[in-house]
Amino acid sequence: MPVKLVLRNKEFEVKSGMALLDALKKCNIIPESVIATRDGEILTEDEILRDGDVIKLIAVISGG
Amino acid sequence: MKCKKCGEKALLNMRHHNMALCKEHFIEWVPEQTARFIKKYWMFGPDEKVLVAVSGGKDSLSLWDILVRLGYQADGLYLGLGIDGGINYSHESQRLTEKFAQERNLRLHVVDIEKEYGYSIPVLAEISHRGHGRPCAVCGLAKRHEMNRIARDLGYDVLATGHNLDDEAAVLFGNTLQWYPEYLLRQGPVLDAADGLARKVKPLCRFYEREMTAYALARGIEYIYEECPFAEGSQQIFYKESLNQLENARPGTKLTFYLKFLEAKRSGELFVAKDADRKGLHACTQCGQATSAPGLCSFCRMLEKVKLDSQ
Repeated sequence: MPVKLVLRNKEFEVKSGMALLDALKKCNIIPESVIATRDGEILTEDEILRDGDVIKLIAVISGG
Repeated sequence: MKCKKCGEKALLNMRHHNMALCKEHFIEWVPEQTARFIKKYWMFGPDEKVLVAVSGGKDSLSLWDILVRLGYQADGLYLGLGIDGGINYSHESQRLTEKFAQERNLRLHVVDIEKEYGYSIPVLAEISHRGHGRPCAVCGLAKRHEMNRIARDLGYDVLATGHNLDDEAAVLFGNTLQWYPEYLLRQGPVLDAADGLARKVKPLCRFYEREMTAYALARGIEYIYEECPFAEGSQQIFYKESLNQLENARPGTKLTFYLKFLEAKRSGELFVAKDADRKGLHACTQCGQATSAPGLCSFCRMLEKVKLDSQ
């Protein structure tokens, strides 16, 4: 089962077994611009993504 | 990844500090650092009354949380801007701010711009024709005016805003790209009080925006996640994204950019041409070309060293 990354209204899919940092790079997401959470828990970038994971990416940039 | 302090599972890795911390140590570290910045930049003392400008966003609510945890007398000020944008933006941000204050039994002043002046921010922008079709300039102007007025009217010693390092670096980046000396010289963690102007401070100015997001999440602070509908595509967001590209390739770039700027400003050498007329130069005793120190120039010194080392 692939891993799903959700950032606002966008969804990305990557293979399981990949580190979060590599998954973000693969999806062209700058790691500095998001906080990744799984079941509400913050993940560091070395976290290995598991089968069926749904990773919610919280955008950190705000401003106007 | 392990916490640098206790070895437990880390919550956040801060590459620019070469440090990862667990949840417990991270939520201790943030107020400790804030207290350090408040002292370092002479923002305010323990007996001063602080008015925190709160928008319902992660930074200002976190700042309020931190100041209260540190034991400061900190009250909140929420300005109702009348922005809807199809997502009830102002209404929702006010609701979250009031909820935050009620749950912690904190004092919150709410001022609605439309009730006070007869027009919401988008209407003011439309009628005044300021800001090239965006209300952001009018919004900034009105917020600065009202925050200052209320801080002074209510007798607060200082007005604190939740600007983080990314906000400061983005403003600095923009002002540097345009070479606005008057804005550059005005930017800093503290704007001293002057005739008619309250002292303004930015206690979070050295925290990355990512750290403040992690702090708000770790502390369970419910904040407005939706962006202001008028902020989409803004120049400030573009600058933040650009700086994050640099930060990603070279961790610490944003912090160095800001801190080196503060250092240059403090030294009084920002925009002062040093040796512009080439005074104070000396002739190299070997080749005769101009050099900044008496004796050999750098090139001749290098050649001397090479000769010595190769013997």
